[in-house]
Parts: sequence; structure tokens; C-alpha cells
Amino acid sequence: MSDHPTLDTGHPKPENRNPKPELSPGAFLDACAARCDDFFDHLHTRTLRDTPIALFLLAPALTILGVFGIAPLFFAIYLSLFGGKYAAGPFVGLGNFLEAFHTHAFWGSFLVTAYYAAGTIPSTMAISFIVAYGLFRITRGRGFFRTVYFLPYVTSAVAAAMIWRALLNPRFGVANAVLAGIGVSPQDWLLEPRGILHLVTSGWVPPDVGPSLALCCVILFEIWHSSGFMIVVFLAGLTAIPRELEESARIDGANTLQVIRNVILPLLSPTVFFLAIVSVIKSFQAFNSFYALTGNGRGPVDSTQNVTVYIYSNFYEYQRWGYGAAVATLLCLAIVTLTAFQWCFVGRRVHYE
Amino acid sequence: MIRRSILYFLLLAGALFTTLPFIWMATTAFKSLTEAVSPTLVWWPAEWQWHNFVETFQAAPFGRYFFNSFLVGFVVTGAVVLTSLAAGYAFARLDFHGRTALFGVVMATMMIPFEVTLIPNYVLIRNLGWYNTYAALIVPWCANAFSIFLMRQAFMSLPADYFDAAKVDGCGHLRFLIRIAAPLVKPAMVTVGLFAFLGSYNSLLWPLIVTSEDTMRVLQVGLTVFSGAEGVRLHLLMCASTIVILPTVALYFAAQRYFLESSLGSGIKG
Repeated sequence: MSDHPTLDTGHPKPENRNPKPELSPGAFLDACAARCDDFFDHLHTRTLRDTPIALFLLAPALTILGVFGIAPLFFAIYLSLFGGKYAAGPFVGLGNFLEAFHTHAFWGSFLVTAYYAAGTIPSTMAISFIVAYGLFRITRGRGFFRTVYFLPYVTSAVAAAMIWRALLNPRFGVANAVLAGIGVSPQDWLLEPRGILHLVTSGWVPPDVGPSLALCCVILFEIWHSSGFMIVVFLAGLTAIPRELEESARIDGANTLQVIRNVILPLLSPTVFFLAIVSVIKSFQAFNSFYALTGNGRGPVDSTQNVTVYIYSNFYEYQRWGYGAAVATLLCLAIVTLTAFQWCFVGRRVHYE
Repeated sequence: MIRRSILYFLLLAGALFTTLPFIWMATTAFKSLTEAVSPTLVWWPAEWQWHNFVETFQAAPFGRYFFNSFLVGFVVTGAVVLTSLAAGYAFARLDFHGRTALFGVVMATMMIPFEVTLIPNYVLIRNLGWYNTYAALIVPWCANAFSIFLMRQAFMSLPADYFDAAKVDGCGHLRFLIRIAAPLVKPAMVTVGLFAFLGSYNSLLWPLIVTSEDTMRVLQVGLTVFSGAEGVRLHLLMCASTIVILPTVALYFAAQRYFLESSLGSGIKG
């Protein structure tokens, strides 16, 4: 009867009722997990509760976080007490910290970081909010624009910086070609150590006051590179706002600006607050764009040397590990202080629903 | 109607400003050297120089850099997903002493800036004899607080009834995690994995200091070295940038949903 044509009903063949234990990876894993579960079941007591299995599951993550995340913090503080080159220098106590406070380059690097934070955070936020609000008001093509605006954020800062370096090249860059088109003299962009205020006031402000043009280029790059992230976050915040609130304000005769000021921004304040905290921390840790745009991070006449670059060059080029660790510790303190300040003074004014 | 057109026009202008550098990069990668460095703006190559890509791979060992970046990226991604899956489950579902305090400590590591741990970790890597090895590039990045946080949130959003039902059927925590919980939090796993890969692939400072041999360099380091050595050969540099950017852009288009959704809920990692 085996060659008898059978009706294909489309149903799967009836399964074997007693399948042999097969040695597929999944089944093997399952068997191991069952064994381990039995073992942990034995260890489960009223006082221990789930502690044994928790330790088992947490061990890999905690080991790595402990060894490479938490322990180095204390080791950095220890290292910062030693002078000289590498880790073998003499004990100097707080000497490295005192030296930092008396070094012009140290304060200069903090100033660069401050310019950078002040130059990137408010403008990126404002631009991102405006774009996100524009996207919120349209229906067709929102997904497309969101995709495009987010694109720079996923590309590596190093590769993107290579493009911008070429665009800002003084000899053949696009930026100077555009300037020539509108009749402005060519600029040195990333190679220009003079302050931007000096250049726009045609020499009225001394050249060493304010951020250098090179630093402004880094700031512009960063705004371009990271706006996408904020746009997406703002857009999500905007779509979460109940439509009725905006509509009722409109019925009461509020115009767009009034709606934004009195309805949308207060409701969006947790998002703004979150973004502010994250971007302050990020701006204090910026390195990749500085390094890739200027070739060594320091830029012309050290005018783009931010704190991270300063730590890097002391550590890597001058091998002053103790001093580098001291500056890093100060930076850590600065970040913690600023974040705590934001929590205490700004966070209080955040409106939660 | 007019307002809407203006809005679309402005959004298009913004999109153009966002993408124009990439377009310029892609076309410059196909230009000849004279076109690339010409003082007047050339947008389109007169003749598409496909051999630029061959020359780029000959000028520097980009094949090797690619291999290194992908090897490190894949291992880090797998490890981060596994460690955060396990730790996230423990923090979300297990009942043990000091759970809240321990979770607080893990979250606090997010506040520690990278620069502080940089020098001590370098010393540690040197003492372990890991300088110029894959271990130095991989092991320190195999767990991070943010991924653990994301996985914990995902597990907390699962109904507790699932576990109770599985327990009645004689299923312990590990089997429940492997057979039931992990498949249910797959979107969170994909998100964690994507950001782990992207973070690893785009990182520069750490690979820069723990590797010095050309054979151990990853793409980002290789590209900066190449730009120093090949400063004038702009068309090749843009070729190199294109091939460095291409994988992440492809990944982004393939898994866009996860990228965008994850930055909504969270987004500390960049």
C-alpha cells in the first residue's frame, strides 16, 4: 500500500508521541539549566532566599564593572598622589592638584570645555526642538525626515570629522569656495587660533579673547553630529503630549508661540531636563571629534585643548600618569558637582504630570 | 497651505544640510586627485574612479582594520547581551539581600567619567600583559550599567504571572529565563546589542592607547593614522571614510526601528 497516493491535507504529520531525547544545542542548554535550577533549589533557604542564583547571574557583569569601572576610580585617586613619569614617581601628596591650579594650560583646558558646553548644548537643544516641532506638525514624510536627521548620529565621529576637515580645508575646501562666492576673504578654519570675536570685529577684540575659530568649527561639527539624537527624543516627547491640551489652548485663542511657551514646554520639561543632564556630562567627556578634527586634539596654539585632550596628552605624550590622574579626578568632581547642581536647582522646577 | 509649504521647505533644507557632507564624501571618493583638491567646487566626478577603492586598500591595511573592528564588535556585542540579560533578570526578578543597594552601585558607575578610569585601566592592561591584544579591546567593554538597566526594565514589564505559572509546572529561574523570559524581551536584547556594537565600532580613545601595532588597529584608529599619513591624497581619505561609515549606515537602515525607539526611552549611551 506504500505506493498508494495519499491525500495531502496540508496538515502536519502526527508527531511521535515519545520522542527520543535529541542532542540539539537547545535541548542540551535546557537540560543544563534544569540541572543548575535543581542545584540552586537545594541552596534556597529562608535566610538565603535567591542569593546563590543571583550571585551566579550577577557574577560576570559585576566582575567586569568592578574591575574596569569602580576599582579604577580609587586607583586613579591613589595614582594622583605620585609625581614624575609613569607610575613609579615619588609620593607628592596633593602636589599634582596644586600644580594643576597653578598651570595656565589646566585652566585653559577647562575654559575650552566650558566654551564647548556653552556653544553646543543650548544651540543644539534649540535647533533640535524647532526641527522636532516642525516634524510634529507635519504628517506626511515625518518618518523620512526623522531617519535622515538621525543619520549623522550613527556615523563614527572620526569618519565624519574627516569629511569636515576636507570641507574646511583652507586651500581647497568647500567652505572657502562658498565664502569666495559671497565675496568674503578665505579663512583658516580649523587651523585658525585667533578668536572668533577678533575676526568678526575685524581686530577690535584681542585675538586671545573668547573661543578660537578652530574651536567654533568643532562646536559646529558637534551640533551637526548630535542634533539627530535630540530631535528624536524631543519628537517622542511631543507625540506623548495629549492632543486635547493643545487644542483647548487653541480654542481659547492662543497662537503657536503661546502654545509652545505655556503648554508644550512645561509638559516637555522632564525631557529637556534629561537632555540637559546627559549633554553636560557628554560635553565634559568629548574627545573623538576634537582629536579627529584637529589631528592631535590640541589644535592650533592649544586653542582646542579641552580637559579630556589635556589628560590624554599629559598621560600619553608626556607619560605624566600621576598628574593626568589628578586632572581626571578634578574633572570627575566637576561633573558630579554640576550634575548635583542641576538636580537640586533645575530639577526642582521640572514639571512632572 | 502656504505655511505648510514653508515648513516642508525648511525641513528639506535642514535635511540637505545634514546629508550634504555625506554626499560630498561619497562623490569625492570617486574623483581623481585633481578634482578632489581643486579650489573650485566640483560636485560630480567627470569620470568615476572605481580603482580609488583598490588604491585605498593598498595604501593601508584596511582589510585588517575591518577584521579587527568586526571581531571586537561582535564579541563585545554578544558578551554585553549575555551579561546584561543575566544581571537584568537578577535585579528584576530575584529576591536577595542588598538588591537595591547593589543596583544603586551599578547605576552609579554610569556617572564615573571615562577619563578617570582611562589611566588606571591602561596600567591594569599593561600589568596583565594584554597590551596589543584583543583581550584589551574586548574584556573591559563586556558589561555596562546602561545595558543592565535596559534589560532590567524589560524584565520588570513582564507580568509576574508568567513566572508563577512556570514555577507551578516545575520550572526554575534559569529555565524560565532561557525558555520563556529571554524570547519575550528580544526587542530589548536587539537594542542593547545594536548599541553595544555601535559603541565598540565607533570608539577611538581606548583602542588608541592600548594598541600600537598596525596589525591590532581597529578602523577608527586606522583612519586617524591614515589621515595623518595621507593628508593630501584626499580622494583616498574620502574612500576610507566611506568604507568606515558604510557598515553602520547599513546597520542603521536595517534596524532603524530599534535605534529610534531606544533613544526615546533612554539614550545615555552614544
